[in-house]
Order: sequence, then structure tokens, then C-alpha cells
Amino acid sequence: MRLLAPLRRVGISGRGLVVTLPYLWLLLFFVVPFVIVLKISFSDVDLAIPPYKPLIDWVGKNSLAIRLNFNNYAFLFTDPLYVHAFLNSVKVAFISTVLCLIIGYPVAYGIARSTSTTRNILLLLVVLPFWTSLLLRVYAWIGLLKANGVINNVLMALGVIHEPLEMLYTPFAMYVGIVYSYLPFVILPLYANLEKMDWQLLEAAQDLGCRPWQAFYKITLPLSRNGILAGSMLVFIPAVGEFVIPALLGGPNALMIGRVLWDEFFSNRAWPVASAVAIVLLLLLVPFMMWYQSVQARESAGTR
Amino acid sequence: MNYRRSAFIITCLAFGYAFLYIPILSMVVFSFNASKLVTVWDAAHSPTLKWYYSLIHDDEILDAAWISLKVAVINASGSVILGTLAGVGLARFAQFKGRFTLNAMTTAPLVMPEVITGLSMLLLFVAMEQWIGWPAGRGITTMTIGHMTFSMAYVTVVVQSRMATFDTALEEAAMDLGARPLKVFFVITLPIIFPAILSGWLLAFTLSWDDLVISSFTSGPGSSTLPMVVFSKVRLGVSPEINVLASITIGVVALIMVGVSLWMARARRLGKKAAD
Repeated sequence: MRLLAPLRRVGISGRGLVVTLPYLWLLLFFVVPFVIVLKISFSDVDLAIPPYKPLIDWVGKNSLAIRLNFNNYAFLFTDPLYVHAFLNSVKVAFISTVLCLIIGYPVAYGIARSTSTTRNILLLLVVLPFWTSLLLRVYAWIGLLKANGVINNVLMALGVIHEPLEMLYTPFAMYVGIVYSYLPFVILPLYANLEKMDWQLLEAAQDLGCRPWQAFYKITLPLSRNGILAGSMLVFIPAVGEFVIPALLGGPNALMIGRVLWDEFFSNRAWPVASAVAIVLLLLLVPFMMWYQSVQARESAGTR
Repeated sequence: MNYRRSAFIITCLAFGYAFLYIPILSMVVFSFNASKLVTVWDAAHSPTLKWYYSLIHDDEILDAAWISLKVAVINASGSVILGTLAGVGLARFAQFKGRFTLNAMTTAPLVMPEVITGLSMLLLFVAMEQWIGWPAGRGITTMTIGHMTFSMAYVTVVVQSRMATFDTALEEAAMDLGARPLKVFFVITLPIIFPAILSGWLLAFTLSWDDLVISSFTSGPGSSTLPMVVFSKVRLGVSPEINVLASITIGVVALIMVGVSLWMARARRLGKKAAD
């Protein structure tokens, strides 16, 4: 500790040192970048490397000029393509979240009500796909959904259909991909929440004459509110900006904002416009992120 | 607690797990299919290992896998150190300047859409190169920094939740017996949270190994990772080699997961015995 004494004199303690390194790292590589994105979203496109003009320029000898270009934002709000992409992303993310909850809730409930051995196996099976590559799991759906894919082949062999159904590169495929990829993110927080439930409350309700559905609606559902919210945020927020799934399953007309940003950046080299898209998307999502953080804080306060 | 489950719940479980596993199983089955059409079963020549053979001789995929491996290992090791520091700090120090900010900065990357993180990272690297000349160009270094930034957030959450559930009396006892904070950390805290650190390492490794979006933004010429190569192949349609790659991935992940959970169960049993 003698080593730390001079540091302590200038107000740095051992405790401080523990958190300083991760703090500075995240500040530099996570927070500062957003300031730069904000800056570039106000600049002009330039045919140079990097492809944007500086905001601040020396004009003549002693005058500094700052040019803020609001055109990128004006462009986003007047061009129907961007407005449509934003609205569509929110719609797709919202519907996917609801579908994830409908499929995930009974699964989480079933796991929480199993014996402890079964429960561990079931949990392991939920986590396993999460550990294997997302890209490969999305790819699996191409093989299942395409015209001569597994689903069409099976249905035709059974005589249910005679013409292959067109599923790949449709909104349907995109929803399947998103729900499939994000399902574990709903099941796990819901399970963590339901696992702490006092099931005697349900028995008490049933003894007092509640039907099982009523007991579920009046007791289980309200008590698992934080799990539902946490799971929904874990799906909704990243799904709004999802790129891989719409790019692989959604087809050319699947306008999702993550994909628009990607194309602006990589295909059009329009870095300022891509930055403006990122800023607007971020402003849209920040309230949800803050909501998520407060739900998390409530959850962990509840366990102690 | 009662363990009764209704037929409805069991049906839902069956449906949920079928949904999760049919795509995965179909990739494994069709990785043995001889036909180049991938999903049309060629009964005359299947099952075959020919695509396995062609995968391990595909230089593009092997080179990319080697780059991915390097990035993933450095990333996992670095983010475990940063994430453990942050997790221990957040769990143990109730009050410190910047606690709120640190908490927010470790939660946000978990939900932040990857296109935003990737774009902002790249613009930072470009700006840094203009100002201080480092990093010169983009490649493995910039990719690793990008991966570490979001991976450490996951490690922080894992370590923090493990810290929240363990008995602080052990640390206090060691402190009462005269151990210095640093010694307490290495002798008491670290061994107890070690399983969390190990899962954090594996999680960080996997996140990096899988990442497409942040890698695409922060990589440079000649440093394509495995997901980037897979993505460009998959965009052109299904390919038998990708099925093989998926099957190998699933096999390795399943082996590691079963191994780790058996090891943890054994550690718990031994711990219980020692306590008795």
C-alpha cells in the first residue's frame, strides 16, 4: 500500500484505480465516438479520404469558420425512403417482440415449473443456440424456406401443396428470422423472473375459487412484469437496427433502417448521411435504453 | 412448490424447442448430403463426408478462421480483465464518482444496434488516425478494440451478478485477519467468482467469433473474418460447405457447454461435501 500512498494524496484511491481503467476505456471507445458521429452528421460529403469536409476551417488569416450542414437531417425527414424505413423498422421490431413474448412466455413458465434436473437441461437447450453463430442460424432458414427448400419439399411430398410456397425474401421470412434469433433473449430474463415467483400465491388463489386462467392473469402476469419488460427491451432495441436478418432473409424490398445505414455507408460512401441516420436512430432508442436500465435496477434491487 | 404442468404448457415447450432446433438439425443432416443443391436429398450418394473434406481444404475459409481465432482470443482475454474490474467495482463500491455513468456505459452496449456501434467505432478510428496517427489504417487491432468494447459489457454483467450473490462475510473475515484488499481479492474473491470469469471469457470469445457487423466496419483490407467470408458466400445462396461449418460449430459448442456444466456441477458437489 506504500506504493499507493502518493496517489492517494492526489485523491486517487485503490478503489478508484479498479474502476478507472474500464471507465476510461468505455469513455474513449464508446462515448467519444458518438460525439464524432454527431459532428460528421453535420458535415458535407466530399470526394476525399475520409469522404467528408471538416466542420471547422480557417478562412483567410485570422478567422475561423464553422459550417453546420443541416441538409443531411432535412434529407432524412423529407425523403420518403428514410421515413418509411424508420417506421417500418419500428413496426417490424414491435411485432417481433410481441411474437417472441407469445412463444417465449409459456416456454419460460414451463422451465420455471420443472424439477431442478429437467430445468437445467431445458435451460442448457435454450442457451445452446445462443452460443452458436447467429449468422449460421439465420442461414439455416434460407435452406428451410427457399423454393426447393426443406419446408416446401416436405409439404409437397405430403401432398398439402402442389406449387412451392414463396417464403424466402418476404416479410414472413424476416419475421421468422428475427423471432427465431431473439427468442432466447426473451426466455432467459422471463425465466429468471418467474423462477423467483412464490407459487403458493397461485395455490391460494385457486383455493379461493380462482380459475387457473384468472389466477394467471391476476397474479403471475403482474408479478412477472419486470421480466416481460426486460425481455421486450432486449428484443425491441437491437431489432430496430437489425442488419443481418433483413439483408439475408428479407429480400430487396425489406426496408429496415439498419440496412439503409449500411448501404449509405458501404455502397454510397455517404458517411455524413449514415451518421445522421445513426443519430436519429439513437435518439429514437435512448428512451427505451433508459427504461431498460431502470427495469434492470428494479430487478436487481428486488433480489437482494 | 408443485411440479404439475398442464398439457398446454407441455405443448408450448415442445413447440418452442422444435422451433429452436429444427433449423439447427436440418443444417447438420444436410451437411452429409452429396447433392450440390443442398436441400434436395441425393439418396444415391449420401451420406457423404465430401463437403467436410472440401471445407478443410478451402484456404479462404481457413485464413479467415485463423484471423477470427486471433481476434477472439485477444478480445476475450482483454475484455475479461476490463469487465471483471468494472463488475467488481460496480458490485462492491456502493458510492463512487461516475458510478451512474459506468453503469450506463456497461448496459448500453448490450442493447445498442450493432450498426450504430460499428459506424461510430470506425469514425473514431478515422479521426484518431488524423489527429495522432494511430491506429494507422484498420485491421486486426481496430477490430479487436471494437470487439472488446462491447464484449466487456457482457463480462461486466456476468461478473456483477455473481458478485451480488456471494457472501461478503468471507471477504470481511479475511480483512479482519489483516489481509490487504489486493490479497483479499486474489485469495478469496477471485477463486469464488472464477466460474463467472470463465463463462465471461467464453461469452466474449463467442461474441467476437460470431460478429459480422462491427468487424465489417472496423476491418481493413486483407483482414476478413470468418463471419465476413460466410456472409459474402451466403448472400449468393446456400452452400454445402456452410452447412458443414455450421455442423462443426454446433458440435464444438455443444461439447464445451456440456463439459463446462458437468465441471461446474462437480465443483458445486465438492463444495457442498466440503461444507458438510
